Amino acid sequence: MSVTTDATALAERTRRRQFREKIVTHVCLLAGILIFVFPIYLTLIGSTHDVNTIGRGDVPLLPGAEAVANYTQAWGAGGGRYMGTPAGTMLANSLIMALCIAVGKIAISLTSAYAVVFFRFPLRMVFFWLIFITLMLPVEVRIIPTFQVMVDLGLTNTMAGLVIPLIASATATLLFRQFFLTIPDEYVEAAKIDGAGPIRFFIDVVLPLSRTNIAALFVILFIYGWNQYLWPLLIVNDRSLETVVVGLTKMIGTGDQQNEWNVIMATAVFALLPPVAVVVFMQRWFVKGLTETEK
Amino acid sequence: MATLTLRDIKKSFGATHVLHGVDLDVTDGEMIVIVGASGCGKSTLLRIVAGLETETSGEVLIAGQSMKGLEPADRDVAMVFQNYALYPHMSVFQNMAYGLKIRGLPKDQIQHRVDEAAGLLGIGHLLQRKPRELSGGQRQRVAMGRAIVREPKLFLFDEPLSNLDAKLRVELRAEIRRLQRRLGVTSLFVTHDQVEAMTLGDRLVVMNAGRAAQIATPMEIWERPADTYVAGFIGSPSMNLLHATLEAGGAAAILDAGGLRLPFADGPRAGAAGRKLIIGIRPEHLRPGQGGLDVMVELVEPLGGESVLHGKLADGTPLTARLPGARYEDGATQLALPTESLHVFDGETGKRIEAGG
Ligand SMILES: Nc1ncnc2c1ncn2[C@@H]1O[C@H](COP(=O)(O)OP(=O)(O)O)[C@@H](O)[C@H]1O
Ligand SMILES: [Mg+2]
Repeated sequence: MSVTTDATALAERTRRRQFREKIVTHVCLLAGILIFVFPIYLTLIGSTHDVNTIGRGDVPLLPGAEAVANYTQAWGAGGGRYMGTPAGTMLANSLIMALCIAVGKIAISLTSAYAVVFFRFPLRMVFFWLIFITLMLPVEVRIIPTFQVMVDLGLTNTMAGLVIPLIASATATLLFRQFFLTIPDEYVEAAKIDGAGPIRFFIDVVLPLSRTNIAALFVILFIYGWNQYLWPLLIVNDRSLETVVVGLTKMIGTGDQQNEWNVIMATAVFALLPPVAVVVFMQRWFVKGLTETEK
Repeated sequence: MATLTLRDIKKSFGATHVLHGVDLDVTDGEMIVIVGASGCGKSTLLRIVAGLETETSGEVLIAGQSMKGLEPADRDVAMVFQNYALYPHMSVFQNMAYGLKIRGLPKDQIQHRVDEAAGLLGIGHLLQRKPRELSGGQRQRVAMGRAIVREPKLFLFDEPLSNLDAKLRVELRAEIRRLQRRLGVTSLFVTHDQVEAMTLGDRLVVMNAGRAAQIATPMEIWERPADTYVAGFIGSPSMNLLHATLEAGGAAAILDAGGLRLPFADGPRAGAAGRKLIIGIRPEHLRPGQGGLDVMVELVEPLGGESVLHGKLADGTPLTARLPGARYEDGATQLALPTESLHVFDGETGKRIEAGG
């Protein structure tokens, strides 16, 4: 008898402990959600009211009725003091810029990491350290000389001028180098015996093995590109090349005139969508790339 | 199918000399096993033949043709690696077909060759799987399949069975031997396992510290090991090596431990009285019996039909014996040394001394 009571008591205790653990987990998750989601919720709600509601200083927590009008205005005509660039154009610019930066960075760092890891050439480590040292210099530090170079090349106010200086990436090169170092030598040797030259080996073996890393890096770099602010602000004056991040800040006035918060919020929601889409679309790969190295 | 000739192959990595001059002649269709302790340069030698390393000096000839400066792909060799080295993102079929695809073979021929090899190895039902969905033994079969489809002049195996469990190893060992005989491809097989070496090789190359200590058939090596290293390496348990001196006239040796006189059954050895010798006796040649060695047995390992006895001689020299039956106990006993199964080595150089030599 006493054995069974002990067993039920034990089971009860286990159940209680599991319940407690669940509560703690969920409280943490809820707190996280509140902190992260609340500002976005405010933006969403703000984009559905008319200009006066927010202008009065109210912070509405329930949706209003002006959503369609606000989003149409933001998409087509733009908003704010200057009646700025339409969100559609800015989104297209941001998208092209972010895609070019992400793809360009990945292409450049894949090839340079491949060279550093798989080939023996004179001064190999010197080149590696040169790449590595550029990590120490953030964009802001080299922004004036870079600007001068772009002016000399006549690339101001062009998409190329916007993208090219942001493409070189020591971080991505470093990440790919670390990953390539984990590829066993035997694959290289098996490929040599199979008769695969360096380019075939890169395409047939190294690229497929790097898939998850490439996907993870693509997400990170896309968002990095999307959020670029200082460089686009400097290099582009042409309204038709304005990116959404720059455009948004320009929409917010300095206080001498009422901000059209409803349109700004609607534009902000537009600006959120592509990065969210990329993350959602690539999520499976993204998580895989961050957590496991496929061997 | 081809012959392979190695001429005085030397290799150093910087200041470390790994190979000190290896010569070898392999006839068409022969299976040569390179065996030796870990780090003695077996893999390096194999990789030089494959073209994955470049020899510091010497020459590799395949089918009579010098391989100097030739890339691995141009040597027409196939290699099976210890950890299989199957491309993880390719299916079994793609793995086996990859080398053929690069060589530009037509699709239907690739299909035909892969199917044939897969049938030979019993992996026909696995062709669409990825390597990670296979067991170790299946992966090893695929790795062999990848070598077979190439129909190369030379198979190179670098410890292909080391990552498998004991039972599978025995199974695959026999299979490799059958396949190699059937296909008749000249092969080099590297292993550190002397049983694998004995069972697989037409001839063995016993390597010791970058040199070929002996190149001969398994039985020849077992019966007439060229030096004490080979004697101790081949055979399990290892041969007992006992210090002794030559008797005046050279007709017998006197054991240092206990002063036992061992007459040479096959004739006298040259040298002055007192020449330092090492007498080798295999554990399985010792027999219980009077008038032999006094041994203090410390451990008996019953193996069923026979037992392995570990003991010490009077002066502390360890001695191992493998005796029939299972009726042995610890304690003092006497073991007889049949004089016809003794091996005589030089006490200084460790080289074998034949009768009259
Ligand atoms: N690339 C290399 N650089 C330096 N030393 C090496 C290299 N490859 C092998 N060695 C050395 O050569 C010796 C023999 O290696 P290896 O041929 O792999 O031995 P085995 O296959 O017999 O175990 C080892 O001492 C090893 O450290
Ligand atoms: Mg090895």
